[in-house]
Parts: sequence; C-alpha cells; structure tokens
Amino acid sequence: MKTAVAAGLAGVVFSLGLGLAGMTDPANVQGFLDFTGDWRPALAFVMGGAIAVHGLSRLGVMRRRAPVLEPAFNVPAASAVDARLLVGSALFGVGWGLSGYCPGPAFTSLAAGTVDALTFVAALLVGMRLFALSERKASSPGPGVPAEAGPVDA
Amino acid sequence: MHPFASALAGGALIGLAATFLLLFNGRVAGVSGIAGGLVGGADGRSWRLAFVLGMVAGGLLLKALAPGVFGDAAAPARSPLLLAGAGLLVGYGTRLANGCTSGHGVCGLSRGSVRSLAATLTFMATGAGTVFVLRHLAGGAQ
Repeated sequence: MKTAVAAGLAGVVFSLGLGLAGMTDPANVQGFLDFTGDWRPALAFVMGGAIAVHGLSRLGVMRRRAPVLEPAFNVPAASAVDARLLVGSALFGVGWGLSGYCPGPAFTSLAAGTVDALTFVAALLVGMRLFALSERKASSPGPGVPAEAGPVDA
Repeated sequence: MHPFASALAGGALIGLAATFLLLFNGRVAGVSGIAGGLVGGADGRSWRLAFVLGMVAGGLLLKALAPGVFGDAAAPARSPLLLAGAGLLVGYGTRLANGCTSGHGVCGLSRGSVRSLAATLTFMATGAGTVFVLRHLAGGAQ
C-alpha cells in the first residue's frame, strides 16, 4: 500500500513537471523536433533540468543500501547497445514525431479528455500488449532452444 | 514565465519525481516500462497502476489550473488513423527498446548509460526526420 502511495505521488509530480515544461502540447513537441523549420528549442531545457536535478540527487539515494519501502533497488544493469535497442528507439521516434506524444505526456493528457489523447493511449497500450505477446511466443520455443532472459526495464 | 524558464522548472520537477520514486520504491521512473509492465503482466501491479493514475490525476490538476498546457483546445481533432498508428509504434518501440523519453532520456542519461545515450540519439533523430517529412515534404498534413 505504501509503495502505491509513493508511486502515485511520484506520478502526480512527474505529470505536473511535464505540463509546466510544455511537454503536454503535441504541437510544441513537434516544434521542438522541427529543426529545419520554425524550431522551438525550449524543450531541450526540460531534459537539461531533469538530468541536472536527477543526476545529482540520485547519487545521494544510491548511497543507501536499499530504498525506503522495498528491500532492494531495481535499476537497469544492461549495457549492450543492440539491434533491439536501436530498432525499438527508431520506431518510437517515428511515432513520437507523427503524434507529438511520448508515453508520459500521453497518460497525462488523458485528463484533457480529447479524442486525440484517448485514441493515442488506446493504441499505445495495444502496441505494448502486442510486444508482450510476441515475447511470450518467443520465450516458449521448441525443444533445444533456450529461452532468452528479458532485459531489465529502463 | 519565459518558455525556457518553465521548461527548466518543469524538467527539475520531473527530475525530483524520478528521485522520489528511486528513493522510496527503488525504481526507475520510465513511463513506458511502468505502463508496459501493467499490460505485460509484470510484478508490482499496484505501484505501477498508482503511478499511471497519479499521472492522470496530475493531468486533472493541470486541466483545472492551466488548461492551455494541453495545446490549442479549439484545434480540430487529428486523423485517428495517424494517431493510432503512432500509438502502436510508440507502444511497441518503447518496449522493444526498454525505455522512452523518461527511462532513457532522463533516468538513463542521468546514470551515464551509453545504452540510453544511443537510444536517445536514435529516437530524437527519427522523430526529427518524421516531423521533417510531415511538415516539409507532405505539405504540413498532420
């Protein structure tokens, strides 16, 4: 229960940050990605501000043996740049450019109640589900083929 | 507030939220990983669902306090086919890459992860390329 309360609070603050930053306006996001047109550079400061704050404050957190509410940290350990990473990121970027939505702003925008946001989030969840199903298929192979361990979430 | 200042302040809030989740839950604030775990049957349903519902609750606060952050409310709805295709690409792609703008772009880069740097450069490049095609080759159709 406590872990859900903490995660819920984190989600609230995260989405307020996205809204303040200008990430919840798809036209603004597409303007940021429009380097050769009427470029809107402000969103570069979002990543800058987030990395400055999180990059420094996480150092203090990681000195702890464990998080406050869980027995251990669950932080990605994968380091290989592989085809899945690059292909997945490339597909994501195309969808991001087409819509102006990435996952965080999309969930936040559900509150606006627009058909655009609802359509996007429904398809987003279907895409995630399709991936999960394809992995399940791939991890129950025929005889003699070892199942590949899935990498940790980033 | 100047767009650069609000972007910086918003980014700082995002960074704080990520540190909060790491401190209390020991988890990386990657939105695609958190939501993907929900539809993919991963452990931790309750905290994952709480995070996503928290984002929607934050959105409701934004709608009450500053509805303009969601863009031009009078703008016509966009092509549902385009948005659905984009949603599928974002959902499948972020799960294949194990992260999105938050997991790789904020948390991964904060950790100095080369993997996340490669991911971020890739989705920025294809995102920019897509907007270029949309706005400058396809005649601004969105």
